[in-house]
Amino acid sequence: MADDKIIKGDPMNTDISDTGHGYEDRELTYYDDNVGGRAVFVDAKEQWGDEDPYPDTTILPERDKDMTPVLEVKNLGIDFGGLTAVDNFSLAIGRTEIAGLIGPNGAGKTTIFNMLTKVYEPTRGEIFFNSKSTEGMNTVDINKAGMARTFQNIRLFDKLTVEENIKVALHSYTDYHLLNAVFHSPKYRREEKRIHEEAMKMLELFEMTDVADHKAGSLPYGAQRRLEIMRALATKPRLLLLDEPAAGMNPSETAELMKTIKEIRDKFQIAILLIEHDMSLVMGICEGIAVLNYGRTIAKGTPAEIQSNPQVIEAYLGKSRGKMEEEEDIEKQDPEAAFKKGKVTSKVESRPDRAKPAADHAKGTPGKTDKKGKEIR
Amino acid sequence: MAERKENKAGAKRLRNIFFGNEYKKEATISYGILIVGYILLQLGANAGLIGRNLQGQFVPICVYISLAISLNLVVGISGELSLGHAGFMSVGAFTGIIVTRMMEASMPSGNVRLFFAVLAGAITAAIAGIIIGIPILGLRGDYLAIVTLAFGEIVRNIMNVLYFGLDGKKLKFAFNHTIDGVEGNQRIITGAIGATGVTKTATFTTAMLLTLFTLFVVLNLKNSKHGRCIMAVRDNRIAGESIGINVKKYKLIAFVVSAALAGMAGAMFGQNYSTLAPLKFNFNTSVLILVFVVLGGIGNIWGGILAATLLTILPEALRQFADYRMLTYAVVLIVVMICTYNPTIRARAGMVWEKISPRKRRKKKAEEAADHDETGKEEM
Repeated sequence: MADDKIIKGDPMNTDISDTGHGYEDRELTYYDDNVGGRAVFVDAKEQWGDEDPYPDTTILPERDKDMTPVLEVKNLGIDFGGLTAVDNFSLAIGRTEIAGLIGPNGAGKTTIFNMLTKVYEPTRGEIFFNSKSTEGMNTVDINKAGMARTFQNIRLFDKLTVEENIKVALHSYTDYHLLNAVFHSPKYRREEKRIHEEAMKMLELFEMTDVADHKAGSLPYGAQRRLEIMRALATKPRLLLLDEPAAGMNPSETAELMKTIKEIRDKFQIAILLIEHDMSLVMGICEGIAVLNYGRTIAKGTPAEIQSNPQVIEAYLGKSRGKMEEEEDIEKQDPEAAFKKGKVTSKVESRPDRAKPAADHAKGTPGKTDKKGKEIR
Repeated sequence: MAERKENKAGAKRLRNIFFGNEYKKEATISYGILIVGYILLQLGANAGLIGRNLQGQFVPICVYISLAISLNLVVGISGELSLGHAGFMSVGAFTGIIVTRMMEASMPSGNVRLFFAVLAGAITAAIAGIIIGIPILGLRGDYLAIVTLAFGEIVRNIMNVLYFGLDGKKLKFAFNHTIDGVEGNQRIITGAIGATGVTKTATFTTAMLLTLFTLFVVLNLKNSKHGRCIMAVRDNRIAGESIGINVKKYKLIAFVVSAALAGMAGAMFGQNYSTLAPLKFNFNTSVLILVFVVLGGIGNIWGGILAATLLTILPEALRQFADYRMLTYAVVLIVVMICTYNPTIRARAGMVWEKISPRKRRKKKAEEAADHDETGKEEM
């Protein structure tokens, strides 16, 4: 990038050599050409003054605190019919943070991804991406603004080759129009050569050059996952959303993936938000973690804080026998209170919070519940 | 020995040029079929080996091949079902006829008139494609098939009642007979009777040039940013949107380019007959073109070329069975579909292919040799 274009707060031009995060190693300066004019980061103070609407930067990594977070989500919620899938979800992600979103199955993690990328339109709340509201944007606009994602069920372009999958993702950076394409003009050849090189560079980085000509659908599972990440990266995002990147991988593959994710962050200088069930991965690389249960945020914090959070342990493992008995004692002493709480006192339930609320039945209103026994509001 | 090595390297380079990747392979085969076919038919006709009846089919064959290639852009590459290709053909054909009739006085050269007819056909068909493409391409599912089917019928019905006449140099049109019978008025298109008195300007060579052009456009488009985006959206729409592909835009590009190419083919078709009725471009024609595409293998361009050629020649060759043509299509389509998706039949075909294919055979031989004689392996 030329000197005159330096904007305060741009991670590419900020001296971060003293952060101690190994960012000095920037041999692959992917953003240097600044193709497509991706938005650059702005100083939080400059943008908002003292009236920063989302000052929730408490769990951002120290190095990111001066800048506006790449993503700020406030009170996000979505209803499907009468069912509230996600409610009151707030989050801030620093510009070079690796953040995690965890929670039991059906907690609403993927729904949040879908809201961030506007596959679903949120019912409530606001999303600020790179200090700009995403209201009125669609999935395509979101990607163009600099958010890219992968999918829980791999979604590749199966009949295209590996290289083409990446070339497709580079389409916004391929600068020729339809007539050039139809007549294969010199401009077409120039641009095709350039994006071929760019795609090969990406493949090299992920050590997949040898399968460049293979059909994406014919790749083994792990390679497909990697290709999906590469495809998302090729759109040159500022925030990468990974939906269960380690699903179906063995421990050694997961360790490899962990390293890869870290490398991506370090080399591309981007923020990463990932959904994952593999705790070794989440606790190993995430700097901030949000825990969801039933669409509600039950905890936020660093991996250490999350690991010792009793609510999180409860959501994942159920209550300890000691605690349950303690509660039972209270209920015995005060049956009225237990009745109001709608608690089913059962030792068999490993996750008492998932039991059907008995209170509704008592009140005579048949409580509508979904498959997992959750109350529909 | 060294010479042989050089030869081998040369052959390899040559192979790389023509069969290096999938696009090159497809282009080589498709262009090869067309050019070889053209030369053979031309030689055969000159030597008097091909009867007049079949010679009369040369231009329609080229036109149907063009249509099959252009429909493949929508059905195979974009993955949408279009049932109104004959509608675009009709728009192109009648536009072409009007243009040539208007130019007849001032332009003596038939080929120049033909060129402008084809150009005008492409433009009007593209406009028609944009008009129906914009409202429906945002929709998902079978809507495109339904609307394009309706479009084809609408065009046919409009052409059935449309009258065009030339009054001196002024072009007149109406939806009834009012422009008919006026002094000095030249009829161009007369409702259900269609166009009459067209000077035939299409030739086998020009028709083949158009077919080559169609092939050129579709193959080039496929191997470009636009083609990749179109195919990506076909393979996975949600993933396509997630990497910032404007789905509607790229579907529209495929649809309109296909419509324009169909219009060109239609214009060529119109210039091959002295009279042309709107009824020619009915639903059966749309289905016929779709049959070419399906029979050749959806997305397989050279397959479509062969299917179009075969299915145009066959009914002429078997004229006495022409009554059963539509029935035969249905049966053939069903059989082809069963065969292509039946794993047993596919496996059998694969085994047969392995026996026939020289490359596979050589490979197998080499493998066997390697198994038998591990030590005797020579360094290259």
